[in-house]
Amino acid sequence: MRAIIRPPLFMRRLARFGLRPIRLAVLAATLLAAVALTGCPDTTSHAQAIYMLLDTSGTYQQELDKAQAIVHWLLARLQPGDSLAVGRIDTASFSEKDLLAKVTFDSRPSTVNDQKRAFLSALRAAVVNLNGSPYTDITGGILQAAEFIDETGAGRKTILVFSDMQEELKPGYERDFPMDLAGIRVVALNVTKLRNDQIDPRKYQQRLEEWRARVEQGGGSFLVVNDLERLERIFGE
Amino acid sequence: MNFLQDYTAISLLVGAALLMVALYFGRHPAQHAIISASRVAHNALRLSARAVKSTEALLRQRNRDVLLARGELEAETELEREFQRIQTILSRDLAGFPALQRKIADLVERVDVDYQSTVDVPPAPTAWIKAVETVAGLEDCAKDRMAGNVLGEIHKTLKRQQKEVLDDYRKQSARRHALLHRMAPRWRELSGYLRDVGRTVAGLPERAAMADRRMEEYEQIRRQSDKSLHKLSSSAMTQFFISLLVLLIAMGGAVINFNLIALPMSEMVGGGSYLGPFKTSNVAAMVIILVEAAMGLFLMEALRITRLFPLITMMDDRMRRRLGWIAFALLLTLAGVESALAFMRDRIAADNEALRQTLSGAEHLVRTGAYAWIPTAGQMVLGFILPFALTFVAIPLESFIHSARTVTGMILLGLVQITAWLLRVLGSLCLTLGKLTVALYDVLIFFPLWIECRLLVCKESRYVRIEPAVPASISEGDDQHDVFETCGAPSLTDSDGATKSA
Repeated sequence: MRAIIRPPLFMRRLARFGLRPIRLAVLAATLLAAVALTGCPDTTSHAQAIYMLLDTSGTYQQELDKAQAIVHWLLARLQPGDSLAVGRIDTASFSEKDLLAKVTFDSRPSTVNDQKRAFLSALRAAVVNLNGSPYTDITGGILQAAEFIDETGAGRKTILVFSDMQEELKPGYERDFPMDLAGIRVVALNVTKLRNDQIDPRKYQQRLEEWRARVEQGGGSFLVVNDLERLERIFGE
Repeated sequence: MNFLQDYTAISLLVGAALLMVALYFGRHPAQHAIISASRVAHNALRLSARAVKSTEALLRQRNRDVLLARGELEAETELEREFQRIQTILSRDLAGFPALQRKIADLVERVDVDYQSTVDVPPAPTAWIKAVETVAGLEDCAKDRMAGNVLGEIHKTLKRQQKEVLDDYRKQSARRHALLHRMAPRWRELSGYLRDVGRTVAGLPERAAMADRRMEEYEQIRRQSDKSLHKLSSSAMTQFFISLLVLLIAMGGAVINFNLIALPMSEMVGGGSYLGPFKTSNVAAMVIILVEAAMGLFLMEALRITRLFPLITMMDDRMRRRLGWIAFALLLTLAGVESALAFMRDRIAADNEALRQTLSGAEHLVRTGAYAWIPTAGQMVLGFILPFALTFVAIPLESFIHSARTVTGMILLGLVQITAWLLRVLGSLCLTLGKLTVALYDVLIFFPLWIECRLLVCKESRYVRIEPAVPASISEGDDQHDVFETCGAPSLTDSDGATKSA
């Protein structure tokens, strides 16, 4: 003799439409899973744009091998759709002629490899003919880089500055104004300590703090990477 | 400074005294409120526990129904299969029995004829013997040349006849031997026929016993016996874990398959495009694998190996066969596509490796000989085989779906039971906390209560002589509730109807 247990009223009403508790639970779980899987449409670009600025002043001419190694490392990890450009910092860096090589990779991996080889050849050819500059216009270079990477429309924008961050402007050049660096990450690479920095380390710290303030004021973020192995962590985010 | 400190201490003491007095006067309403609140919570939780218990009963019934329905279906299928086997034996082996019987009879007849032909007929005795004896018995036979000649001729004739008879006998014997020799394979054939019949007849009782066992199980399920329920539930659990294990293995295969085609898919759909947070190439590769799995599922359905879609099961055979061929053709096409993608992957990976070596400044090594084509061929073969291997996922998937209904029901039942228990425990905890709060309230106002108690004892001692002066209830070590009861503390009745004093 089986005991007849009446389920609650709302359950009985739902059961009329074929919605039993177990089925309801399965339906709810399926809907939740569907919502979780589809989520909101992601409209942000997943591509990244990197602009590397090379300091060509006297002290940094010897450091160009390191810079090339960084470019190789970047080429190895950039994906289809990404953009890469290498520019120089000289007396007047806010100029297209300071762009040594640039590329926006195709969507097909096989084409990307050919583009990387071509970029490498172009860069090597450009670096061979590089001459040192008497002045260091870092601000102009950053502005030129920001202009380039904004045009790519990439989701992640990075400017790598391979310099000691000691700006020396030619008389008459105006660079004391806020920069627009919204959403751009500025990474100072291999910032060497100058002789004056060794005498008074506060100068080095003050120089970097000034750059941090300028970049953050422009809406960007600033970080210093002296250990090049940390690049993996920066781009692996 | 000291004055200030003393003042603060005095004010605190006065405040505490006033608070104690206030709490004492508000004792009854406050304690009633605490007890009422705890009872409300207790009753609400108990009602919830009861509702959950009723759900548990429903769930238990549902599990039972699902288990029995599934078990009944399986038992029916197995029983049907057993009867089909018996029918096959009867139609295939025993249906040919009359023909076999005819063959055996024919063989026996031929063997009998041959046997009759081998009957040994002794040679007839010659008619000359008596004549010779007569001639030999004559007198003067020895002297009579003529008789001697006759006897000589008779002797020659006898010898010749004897030789002819002997030759004829030898020929007959040889013919009989040949006949007997020809009979041997027929005997063997006959023996073989009889052995086949014996084997067929011997297999029938086994099948019949198996059918009996299946019938017994089926009847037990129909009777809804506990034994059959236990057996079915344990069987469902076993099936669940086995099919889950096989599905996990298949998932491993799918992951390898995915890695095989994800990279070359970016060559087709673009490596830089995204669908939400996922790369389009990855989504496309996953879709291809899922489509392959779906085609495999339809193929298995069309072959009637699985029965997940009643619509396909109910199709007429011609339509079902067409569906099967379509699914197989699509699967074959997709397998070919995967094989090509695997080849492309190998090329892209080689190119990536070459570029990486160029960037690192190392000398680029080119694979030659067997090392060059073995990985490529291996990947292509894998790309072709894996879609077909994934087809067989349909079998454990069906088993998993059916057993998961039972297992999920069991898990839900366990959760419901735990919930009901927790609700009951929480209800009891609320009631206990209420009583504890009331007790703590009385601890806070112990001094006014003590005074009240003393006054009540004094009041009673005017009318009743008490010996000794200390109340008996206290001296005998009763708990405070008895004392408070005598002191007019509010009595509390819990939900069980037991009277308690606060």
